[in-house]
Amino acid sequence: MADEEEDDIILSELPDDELVPQMGDDLYDGLKDEVAEGVNILLERGWAPYRILTEALVSGMTVVGNDFRDGILFVPEVLQAANAMKAGMAILKPLLAETGAPKMGKMVIGTVKGDIHDIGKNLVSMMMEGAGFDVVDLGINTDVDQYLGALETEQPDILGMSALLTTTMPYMKVVIDTMAERGIRGDYIVLVGGAPLNEEFGRAIGADAYCRDAAVAVETAKAFVARKHNQMAAG
Amino acid sequence: MTSPDDRTLTETGLPPRGRGRILVIACGALAHEITALKRANGWDHLDLACLPAIWHNHPERIAPGVRAAVARHRDAYDAIFVAYADCGTGGGLAATCAELGVAMIAGPHCYAFFDGLDRFTARADDEIAAFYLTDFLARQFDAFVWRPLGLDRYPELAKTYFGNYEKLVYLAQTDDPALEAKARDCAARLGLDYERRFTGYGDLETALARLG
Repeated sequence: MADEEEDDIILSELPDDELVPQMGDDLYDGLKDEVAEGVNILLERGWAPYRILTEALVSGMTVVGNDFRDGILFVPEVLQAANAMKAGMAILKPLLAETGAPKMGKMVIGTVKGDIHDIGKNLVSMMMEGAGFDVVDLGINTDVDQYLGALETEQPDILGMSALLTTTMPYMKVVIDTMAERGIRGDYIVLVGGAPLNEEFGRAIGADAYCRDAAVAVETAKAFVARKHNQMAAG
Repeated sequence: MTSPDDRTLTETGLPPRGRGRILVIACGALAHEITALKRANGWDHLDLACLPAIWHNHPERIAPGVRAAVARHRDAYDAIFVAYADCGTGGGLAATCAELGVAMIAGPHCYAFFDGLDRFTARADDEIAAFYLTDFLARQFDAFVWRPLGLDRYPELAKTYFGNYEKLVYLAQTDDPALEAKARDCAARLGLDYERRFTGYGDLETALARLG
């Protein structure tokens, strides 16, 4: 009976205060078509894209992130939810710029040289975009020249590096050391992440912070960018 | 001497028999290979204890597990050898072994020492998009890859996990047509090209042969 009732839910007939929580449930369950439909309904009802992003998508994904952190959800379910969020983001992204959504800052991100794993990096990119950051994604197998070239051309606030392998994570130090040699290390916030990393490794290679997951990456990025802006204002 | 079944090796491991001067503490994924080497070479001075092979998917458990096993067994043997490579511990296992005064196998993981560390390292740049299986992992593909990644529930995620991979390389320890067919099927399920490379026991045999 309960299943029949669930099947009977018609999103367009729900008032806003029921539709938004329902979209959160659909996102949690990885139902991308339903999430996309919900986004379109809210747009038709005159919601600003940024409001849909934060109240319907990011808030839903935050629940997913918390349950992942607490061992309630696992990677496959998080990926399903992320795919659902991506479906909603794809609709909103072109509209966000047009409607003057607030900008938090800019990040260049890539998986390090020798490493082709990008699931974590992609989650971070998506959540950073959801939080209002411009993200320039360099992809996988990124060498030091690609990182430094992107820093020069994009002038981001943040450099993000990701690695899944213990054999590739030391390459992050190559990038940071090269930045230091060229006298630009202090110009950027450097965040690192990936399954085999930890805080001690992040400190040892000279990163500003190690980020355990995508949610932590967003909070850490916001905190560092706010601090940077405060310092600039004070200076 | 017979090895226990793969499921036991995956989940529980293998206790030592209490015979032999030197204890080899190994990943359960190596039990069949070490047992075969012992039999073929008459290495009766070696005893074998295995830790759960599924720790391959949880490398943070390996160093503490090895530490506990060394503490439990060291008084009963003249020496202990750890038949693990780094196996995703990020140097943690090497640090533990150094602290405990026990030797281990060089290299990043079992793929490297089966293939031969020098050969594997030389090929590394050309094979960053290769996904490896051994005999054990080919047999236990569902338990180690398919189910833990949720592909039994969401097969469409294979593209998300393996979209950047190009080929599955089956590092074969034995000539087994049935296993070769299984490995080939694993590649097809992941949507990857397939290559078989016969390695035999590689550096595992060399390392164990040095234990006098």
